[in-house]
Amino acid sequence: MDIFTHIALGAQVLFTPTNLFFCFIGVLMGTLVGVLPGLGPTAAIALLLPNTFHVAPVTAIIMLAGIYYGAMYGGSTTSILVNIPGEAASVITCLDGYQMALKGRAGPALGIAAFGSFIAGTVSIIGLMLVAPPLAKFALAFGPPEYFSLMLLGIIILIYLASGSILKALMIFIFGLLLSTIGMDAISGTQRLTFGILELSDGVGLIPAIMGLFGVAEVIANVEEEIKRTVISTKLKNLLPNLQDWRDSFWPILRGSVLGFFIGILPGPAPVISAFSSYAIEKKISKHPEKFGTGVIEGVAGPEAANNAATGGAFIPLFTLGIPVNSVIAILLGAFMIHGIQPGPMIITKHAELFWGTVMSMYLGNAMLLVLNLPLIGLWVQVLKVPYPILFPFILLFCLIGVYSLNYSLVEVALMIGFGVFGYLARKFQFEMAPLVLAIVIGPMMENNLRLSLVISQGSPMIFISHPISAVFIFITLALLISPFIPWIGKRRQKLQEKVEGEEV
Amino acid sequence: MKRWKWMFMTVAAFSMLAAGAWAQDFPKGPINFMNPFNPGGEVDIEARAMQPSLEKNLGVPFVINYLPGAGGALCWSKLAAAKPDGYTIGGFSIPHIILQPMFMKDVAFKTDDFVILSIVEYTPIGLAVKKDFKVNTLKEFVEYAKANPGKVSCGGVGKFTGHHFATLQFMKMAGLKLNYVTFTGTAPLQTALMGGHIDAAFSNSTMMVSSREEIKVLAIGSPQRMDQLAGVPTFEELGLKMYPRIARGAMGPKTIPQDIQKRLEKAFVDTTSKADFKTKMEQAGFVPQVMGIAESHRYLESEVNLLNKLIQDFDLLPAKK
Repeated sequence: MDIFTHIALGAQVLFTPTNLFFCFIGVLMGTLVGVLPGLGPTAAIALLLPNTFHVAPVTAIIMLAGIYYGAMYGGSTTSILVNIPGEAASVITCLDGYQMALKGRAGPALGIAAFGSFIAGTVSIIGLMLVAPPLAKFALAFGPPEYFSLMLLGIIILIYLASGSILKALMIFIFGLLLSTIGMDAISGTQRLTFGILELSDGVGLIPAIMGLFGVAEVIANVEEEIKRTVISTKLKNLLPNLQDWRDSFWPILRGSVLGFFIGILPGPAPVISAFSSYAIEKKISKHPEKFGTGVIEGVAGPEAANNAATGGAFIPLFTLGIPVNSVIAILLGAFMIHGIQPGPMIITKHAELFWGTVMSMYLGNAMLLVLNLPLIGLWVQVLKVPYPILFPFILLFCLIGVYSLNYSLVEVALMIGFGVFGYLARKFQFEMAPLVLAIVIGPMMENNLRLSLVISQGSPMIFISHPISAVFIFITLALLISPFIPWIGKRRQKLQEKVEGEEV
Repeated sequence: MKRWKWMFMTVAAFSMLAAGAWAQDFPKGPINFMNPFNPGGEVDIEARAMQPSLEKNLGVPFVINYLPGAGGALCWSKLAAAKPDGYTIGGFSIPHIILQPMFMKDVAFKTDDFVILSIVEYTPIGLAVKKDFKVNTLKEFVEYAKANPGKVSCGGVGKFTGHHFATLQFMKMAGLKLNYVTFTGTAPLQTALMGGHIDAAFSNSTMMVSSREEIKVLAIGSPQRMDQLAGVPTFEELGLKMYPRIARGAMGPKTIPQDIQKRLEKAFVDTTSKADFKTKMEQAGFVPQVMGIAESHRYLESEVNLLNKLIQDFDLLPAKK
């Protein structure tokens, strides 16, 4: 069967009233949880899964997938207008998106985020359709040593590109790594630094940390500033980005799409990592890297495209191997099995209607989201356009409820508040939060992969060099680490640093 | 004499009615099922497959909550301290609930804090090797591992878990040494084996069934061959009398009143006796079971004895409390 037969089959599955309705409900719910800080797609999907039991499997998957990619659209709205990430993957969008909004360019920021997401969504769906099987083999080539080297490279890039002092970025990153060692040792099962608190045995939760560092800390910082920064209230008349905006964001969107798609295939919180990586790359290759963080449109377009493309990529291991790469996909996998579908390489051939129906629903869902997020942006703004004295308590409330509803744990609530205070103080001392968040996310994965590699190689660190993919990553990492000592590169970075600092003060 | 007999019978009849009424009163509200693992895991699949039938049987919602952490210990510590009214129950896996109180610090439960209402399925643990590994049968694998002691990397999920103990038991019985590599979950273990990053793995039948095409399954720990794994011999056939497996189901605090225990037991047994539950579980690579309280506890006891013997054989020291 050729691809057009497949597309026709998918369309046939999708265009039934039930499936169209569930697709719409999915993307609507996704946008809502995306807009509201404190509620993420994982929680929403987990809550709504039981409601899909009476419908056909494909209908269930269509709706649940809609929540997942819909949240990526919604998240950017909150990031841009309130400077709080609506969900984790939009953290980086705050940097330039909010600055654009402060300059009265909230419209184009929202517009490019939506269009960028749409383009990236489309690119990743086409990718999912065309290259699923060969790409799955590529993901399989990644064993523990490859993962470790890749993550090492990722961190070094992030620190190297830190907008403030490299030393401070390194300090906060190492502090994050330290935090990430809290919890049960994944290999020996011993408790580390938990002080007998059972809730800490799985480590410091990412969600309490992110909500604390970005939600609570922001609220404290704003209370101090005497409500100078109200929710951006400029008229959102120019939602359509102008020609110059398009010229600036065209390549970042395409790069973000491809990058996000590939990172999405690998296990981990791909939307978060891909957005961070895209931002780092755009900053690196930009002709004016010093302007990043002051409201450049590339800083919104790239990451927003990347996090959306990552959701499409994440479906590849699910459909080709039946392996979940993150918690959302894990819930979807559970849904497959409940509906009697055996996940594995046979899904695409045995359950063609499921795969192609879902793929087609993603096309339509992305189009629906464009409508939901552009002409109807006013609706979502209303959700956010509440005055600060009312909004702040609500943000705190959402954070509190959101964190509590994860595991019904008061320890996590306390943890979030702790992170909030810490984040506020760290901000005062001009520490960046991104390396900290990344360290908490990938610290345990790095440790685990490092130790797994060494167990497999029976203690020999040569495993990182003898595996070719890993060796390439290690080589690039070393090159980056050595480069500051080569005089002219070092000087260039220093110059850039001074420029950035000069503008920030 | 006659009067006594009548009185006795009346009292007996009334007390039976009263007891019946009590059990009929239960349940009045939703039953909370605490899942000690992540959504999409084996306990989740099993609980969700039972959910519709349980709700019909009990006439109240059967709500699944997730309390993952510390390999299940977080949830079980909470469940051990939960109000014993039958409204809070939870999932379990054996051998986890036996081994954790022995080997983990800060675990606030003991194996006999619970009443096991029903074991609803188990997954035999099998041995598989990566596709391009030199050996094709268990015999060849044993020979190869003996010739290269400690060189063959063999993955499994966690330490002091079903997979870990299956590996230990195998090494003991076959008289060889493997390099046990600890993974955090079935998904990364599956990827690593399929990608050829480890040589072999002890893992659940569910994984063996779902990735059959990408790996070579050498043997399975069930007493008889599994239909879902046609052509795969059992360990027993190959001369190793080992039946490693992980059993799962529902349990609650031991002090739940007897008649409520019975009511819940009935709901689970009725559900697991249904044909559609069985086929659903079998398709996914599980071995469905129909077990009540008494049978489940007999199973638990035999597992405890087996594990204690392994612990002695391998000289594993329980954590000091």
